[in-house]
Amino acid sequence: MTRLPLEGLRLLDLSRVWSGPYAARLLADMGAEVIKIEACTLYDWTRGGIRPPPESRVYPDNEPGERPYNRSAYFNLFNRNKYGITLDIRKPRGAELFKNLVRVSDVVLENYSPGIMERYGLGYEILREVNPRIIIVSLSGFGATGPESRFRAMGATQEQMSGVHHLWGYLGQPPLRAGINLGDPVAGICAATAILLAVHKRRRTGKGERVDISQRETLIHILGEVVLDYSVNRRVQKRIGNHHQWMVPHGCYRCRGEDEWLVISVNSDDEWVRFCRVINPSLAANDRFRTVSSRWRNQDELDKLVEQWTSQYDHHTAFHKLQAVGIAAAPVLSNKELYSDPHYNARGFFEEVTHPETGTHRYPGLPWKLSKTPGRIRMPAPYFGQHNEYIFRELLGLREDELEALTRERIIGTTPLVDIDET
Amino acid sequence: METTRGESIASNRHMLEGLRMPLFGINVIDLTHYVAGPYCTKLAAGWGAEVVKIEKPSGGDPTRRIGPFYHDEIHLEKSLLFLYLNANKKSVTLNLKTKTGKQIFKEMIKGADILVENFNPRVMPGLGLDYETLEHINPKLIMTSISNYGVSGPYRDLKGWDICMYALGGMMYITGSPHLEPLQRPAFLAQYIGGLYGFLAALTALYCREETNIGQFVDVAIIEGIASMLESTALYWPYKEEVFRRFERRWDMYPYGVYPCKNGFVGIMVFQNRLWPKVAEIMESPELLDPRFSTPQGRVKYADEVDTLMMPWLLEHTREEIYKKGQAAGLPFGYVCTPEDLLNSAQLLARDYFVDIKHPLTGKTRYPGAPYKLSDAEWHAQRAPLLGEHNEEVYCGHLGYSKQDLVRLRDTGVI
Repeated sequence: MTRLPLEGLRLLDLSRVWSGPYAARLLADMGAEVIKIEACTLYDWTRGGIRPPPESRVYPDNEPGERPYNRSAYFNLFNRNKYGITLDIRKPRGAELFKNLVRVSDVVLENYSPGIMERYGLGYEILREVNPRIIIVSLSGFGATGPESRFRAMGATQEQMSGVHHLWGYLGQPPLRAGINLGDPVAGICAATAILLAVHKRRRTGKGERVDISQRETLIHILGEVVLDYSVNRRVQKRIGNHHQWMVPHGCYRCRGEDEWLVISVNSDDEWVRFCRVINPSLAANDRFRTVSSRWRNQDELDKLVEQWTSQYDHHTAFHKLQAVGIAAAPVLSNKELYSDPHYNARGFFEEVTHPETGTHRYPGLPWKLSKTPGRIRMPAPYFGQHNEYIFRELLGLREDELEALTRERIIGTTPLVDIDET
Repeated sequence: METTRGESIASNRHMLEGLRMPLFGINVIDLTHYVAGPYCTKLAAGWGAEVVKIEKPSGGDPTRRIGPFYHDEIHLEKSLLFLYLNANKKSVTLNLKTKTGKQIFKEMIKGADILVENFNPRVMPGLGLDYETLEHINPKLIMTSISNYGVSGPYRDLKGWDICMYALGGMMYITGSPHLEPLQRPAFLAQYIGGLYGFLAALTALYCREETNIGQFVDVAIIEGIASMLESTALYWPYKEEVFRRFERRWDMYPYGVYPCKNGFVGIMVFQNRLWPKVAEIMESPELLDPRFSTPQGRVKYADEVDTLMMPWLLEHTREEIYKKGQAAGLPFGYVCTPEDLLNSAQLLARDYFVDIKHPLTGKTRYPGAPYKLSDAEWHAQRAPLLGEHNEEVYCGHLGYSKQDLVRLRDTGVI
């Protein structure tokens, strides 16, 4: 077996839901040893709880099963390749054990509300005493400091506070009501990046560091030119649906099947001529569309003409006809189509994983490939408290009777003791 | 050259500051253009790497001609997109299609830690500068390639712009109204995301190299990055053979999303059910305490009725009021920020999120600063380079060419 790129890096993952767990998973996929820490009375709600309402989570064949908290798709996706323990760090003995873990680890990742770790007696100053090399990464909505630091932030409202929604919506319409939130995964990638930056620096300095990540700030960062356009020109882009600032035709066009679509973007007059050859040769001679500005002015009419062509074909056929003449067109793939897409399959993007309580399924794999030390999915997501024995006995050297005492005190355990809306 | 004691102290302090930067001592050769590649190298430069951006002698990075422009003045040094993406970097011009240009490039590779490029996958091999060739010159080199579809697979050589990334990435199908066509994302988000993944991927290879002393090739496909950001929706298919579709209202909680208010739009979300009575209280609507609305499932089922009760109150109150009242009650309310809101945000200003950067042709401009904060390092905030600004520094200073050499290279179209 080839080496894993992040072998030797140990991370304690206190985070829950999406952004933090995604950050930790990206590193775990690359071989870092990630220990996910939950408590029996405060655990990752993406597990779905003990008696989940049917529509709240995704279970295999819609069956929650006897232990639904070990069968949730969401949890399984973002927590694979991690060891899973339970440890209630809110209790003094739990906090003490956590410090013992800190002593032998490289990184702590947490996404509690700012101030919570300090309240548990586990703030950076204290953990730094325990292990001067420890890197603490705090991921929050608005950041660890500032007047709104403790404001509640959830995925749904982060994109709005970051400036994305103001720019996002159908042509001439209000901002889009809701979509999959990009703020969480973007912040997750940033957190993983920050960890590796701090680790790299530590090779030289021998010391750890504290990283303060605001999800909102990471998302504004990828709208930089929008901020500059305002600060320099006092101007903001309008919501333009599927149109483009300069390319035309540019949009999403209906194809023959039900809810089947093709996107097309034409970037130059040369491309326009080639495009016309495929969809309607007479268009190239039409003065209403000859130049970029005339195409722009007559965009609505043009979109209708394009759709007359696309609606004759299924989107894969239309896709290949246009790409064959060098036009950037792409089918709008559903999840079902992603799984059967020839390109993703040729690249081995989906990996089959067997989970002892969920079964065997194909999951989205790794979002990049290293040529010599590829990552891979080695372990399914941990079931509740799965690695308590391994971590507490082997890593921390506790005895069996100590573990039993901790279980009695509910500091560790293998089943959740409360349901989701009590956490 | 003799320095005064004051200059020594200043340069020592500069050195000490440099030492605190995470990527101090890392050399990046930047062959990127457009958005994805440059964002990756911008992050490296911001955190202390020396990034040398190689641009075509005539015109440079095509992004120099993409707006928005400073006061709409179309000029190679006034693209705000370029200025943002290329802050902190050095610029040299180099024609990689010439024999001498390739030679000079290979000399630069000798001392490089990381190379980043985001050309179509055939370009580097076509120039004779594929990874196998460069690895020979520098076995420790980490070559990071960011492309639309990756360097392998049947779609490798296909064309693509941002909208194609969302489409093939599975994100577009699930975005927008169920009654309308799927919707792309605004600005250049897909590109920036590609750059983000590229930077993370390069850092994983760097960690590995520090342990093993070997470099490697890093293949980042933007569509795979997008397909990794679909939350759990992709799994609806393998888990229960269900196609996940566009939604306007969530199926598991309500209210959720963007709502109009008196002076703009707010983000309303009720996640913890026990806080629902607080919503009724804030909105001064005891009708919202109707037992039909007391569970998430009930509110989803009777969403129209909930809207009828919520909307009048929302339309009578401002974003600021709704945000503050919601937050005071422990609810994760937000509001749709404009760029002006961001630049005036008390929270962002208190955290010194923005930095002011001066530029000879565009004056002083406010930029977003660090994407996150390290306790013992300051993000670099230097302006973007003029085209070829560092030819002398790099070619003469680092590679030992003379000024006469530079004249000759310029005359023969190499730089």
